[in-house]
Amino acid sequence: MEGEALGLLGVPLAVIGGALRVSPPYLFVSLGECLTEKSGRVNLGLEGTLIMGAMSAYGVSYLSGSPWLGVLAAGGVGLLLGALHAYLCQQPRVNDIAIGIALMIFGVGLAFFLGKPLIQPTAPRLPAFEFGNWSSSSPLRAALQINVLFAIGIVLAFAMRYMLQRTRWGLLLRVAGESSDSARAMGYDVARIRLYATACGGFLAGVGGSFLSLYYPGSWNEGLSSGQGLMAVALVIFARWDPVRCLWASLLFGSAGALGPALQSVGISGGYHLLSVAPYVLTLAIMMMTSSAHRTLLGQPAELGAAK
Amino acid sequence: MSQPASRLDFEAVLVPLAAIVVSLALFGVFILCNGVSASSVYYEMYRGAFGTWFSTQNSLTRAAPLMLTALCTALPAHLGLVVIGGEGALVLGALASVVAAHLLASFGPWVVLIGMGLTGAAVGALWLGMVGALRTLRGVNETISSLLMNYIAIGVFKQIVEGPMRDPASLNKPSTLPIGDANMLGSLPGMDVHWGLVYGVVACLFSYVLMRRTVFGFSARMVGGNVRAAQLSGISVTKRVIATCMLAGAAGGLAGMTEVAAIHGTANASLICGYGYAGILVAFLARQNPLAVIPVALLLGGISASGGLLQRSLSLPDATVNVLQGILFVVILASETFYGRWKRAPAATVPAPAASVVAEVA
Repeated sequence: MEGEALGLLGVPLAVIGGALRVSPPYLFVSLGECLTEKSGRVNLGLEGTLIMGAMSAYGVSYLSGSPWLGVLAAGGVGLLLGALHAYLCQQPRVNDIAIGIALMIFGVGLAFFLGKPLIQPTAPRLPAFEFGNWSSSSPLRAALQINVLFAIGIVLAFAMRYMLQRTRWGLLLRVAGESSDSARAMGYDVARIRLYATACGGFLAGVGGSFLSLYYPGSWNEGLSSGQGLMAVALVIFARWDPVRCLWASLLFGSAGALGPALQSVGISGGYHLLSVAPYVLTLAIMMMTSSAHRTLLGQPAELGAAK
Repeated sequence: MSQPASRLDFEAVLVPLAAIVVSLALFGVFILCNGVSASSVYYEMYRGAFGTWFSTQNSLTRAAPLMLTALCTALPAHLGLVVIGGEGALVLGALASVVAAHLLASFGPWVVLIGMGLTGAAVGALWLGMVGALRTLRGVNETISSLLMNYIAIGVFKQIVEGPMRDPASLNKPSTLPIGDANMLGSLPGMDVHWGLVYGVVACLFSYVLMRRTVFGFSARMVGGNVRAAQLSGISVTKRVIATCMLAGAAGGLAGMTEVAAIHGTANASLICGYGYAGILVAFLARQNPLAVIPVALLLGGISASGGLLQRSLSLPDATVNVLQGILFVVILASETFYGRWKRAPAATVPAPAASVVAEVA
C-alpha cells in the first residue's frame, strides 16, 4: 500500500482525499433538502431519490456513452420524484414525513427492480480535475483529484446562498417557509412555491446519486448508498438551513466517514464501526447543546412541521 | 350490534380498501409494462403469502416483529410525536438479550428466556426513552434524534458483535456465541410460527387498552391533542412523553429479543434487515391505532414473504415486492385526504351502499 510508505502522515492525506470523494453526494442531497425545507416542508424521501438517481445515471451513461447525459437523467428522475412528493403533500391531511418514508421505499424498490440488469456492465465515468499532477507522490495525486461535479456543487452552494438572501425568488421561498399566511396575503400560491422548491430539491438529490454511481464508488449495486439521503435531513439542521454551511457540514461528514478507512489503511482497525458513527454522534451532540425546550433553532424556517 | 355504525367506521373500511385496490391496479400496470401478466403475479403473490399453510406460517413469522416495531412509532404518535427509532431499539434489544442469555445460561431455559425478554425490553426502553427525554427536556426534535440513534445503535452493535463478543468460530459473518438450542423460543402448538407472534398480538392489545381505556392513555392523548391544555389540567408532559417513549422502546427491544431467540439464535448482521423501518410504515398505515397494527402487519408480512416465490416462479427481481410495498404505502398515505369528505351526512345513520354515497357527493 502507498499509504504505508508515508507512515502516519498518510492518515490526514487519506482523510482529505476520502472526504473529497465521499462528500459530494452529501453536499448535493443536503442542498436539495435545504432548498425544500426553506420552503417549509421536509422531504424524507431523498434517500429513494438518491438511489433512483444513481441507477438512472448509470443506465443512461451506459446506454448513451455520455456520463453527463446520465447526470441529467438522474436530475430529471429526481425532479419527478420531488414533484410527486410535493403534489401528494399539498393534499389536505397528508403527512409529509410519512409520504417521505413511503417514497423512499418506493424509490429504492424501483431502483433495485429496474437496476438488476445494470449490475454487470461498466458505464463511462465522470471526469475529474487532477490538482495533484505536480507531485510525484501517488497518494497525494489521488487525494487531490476533484470531480467536476463536486466543483459545480461548491459553486452551487454559494449561488444558492446568494439566491436565498438577495433575490426575489429567494425571498419568496423564505416567506413561504417562514409564514405561509404572509405569502398568501401577498397573493402568492404557497403550494406552488413548495412544489417548485421540492422538485428542484429532488433534482439536486438525483444529481448527488449520479455521483455515487458514476464517480465514487463508481458502479451500480444495491449497497451503493449508506444512508446519505436520510442523513441529509440531520445535516441540514447541523448546517442551520444555510447552503454554504451545508458545504462545510458535508466536508465534515465526509471526513468523519473517511477517518475509519484511512486509519484502517495504516493498520489501525480497532473501533472502525465506532468511528463510522462519529458524524451521527456529532450531529446529535450539537442538537442537544443548541436546542432548547423553549425556543426553536436559530435559522429554522418557522413553517417546518417536523423540526419543531 | 344494536347501535348503527357511524359514517366514520364506514370510511375507515372503505378508504383503505379502495386504496389497496388502486395500488394493486397501479402495480398491475407496472408489471404489464415489464411484459409479465399481472394476473399471474397476483396469483403467485397470493400463493406466496397466504395460499398454502407453509406460506401462511412464513407470513406470520415475518409479521411478528413488525407488530412490535410498529408500536415504536404508534405509541408516541398518541402524544403527537413522530418517532422512527424502531430499528435502533431492535438491534440493541437483540444484543442485550444475547448478553443476558450468556450470563443466565446456567439457570435453565425458562430463566434465560425471561431474562432475555426483560433485558431486551429494558435496553430498548432506555434507548427510546432517551429520545423522549431529549425531546421534552432539551427540545431536540424526536424524529431526527431517533433517526440518528438508529445509525448509532447499528454502529455500536457491529462494533460489539465484531469485537469483544465475537464468536471466534464465525469467520465470514461475525456473530456472537449462540445462545444454545435448549434456550430457543419454541413454536406455537401445531404450527411452525414462534411465540413472538403472541408477544406481538398481546403487546398491540395491551397498547390499545392502555391508550383508549386508561387514565394514562387519556392523559397521553391529551398531551397529543393540546400540550397547553394538558399542562393546565396538571398533567406532567415530561413524564407522559418519557414513559410512552420507553414503552415504545420496550416493544422494539422485545422484537429484537424474539428475532434472536426464535430465528437466529445469535446476534449478527442478519438482524439489521429493516424491520424497524417497515414498522414505521405499518404504524402509519394502521393510522397509529395499535389494534389496526395487527392486520396491517399481517398484510405486510405476507407481501414480503411472497417475494421469494415471485423470484423463483416468474423470474422477477426480488425487489418486485418492494415496488408493490412502495406503491401501496404512497397510495394509502395519500388516501388520508379522502377521510371526512362525507361529513355533511348525518352522523348516526346506517351506512348506505357505496353507490349512493358517491351519488350524494356528486
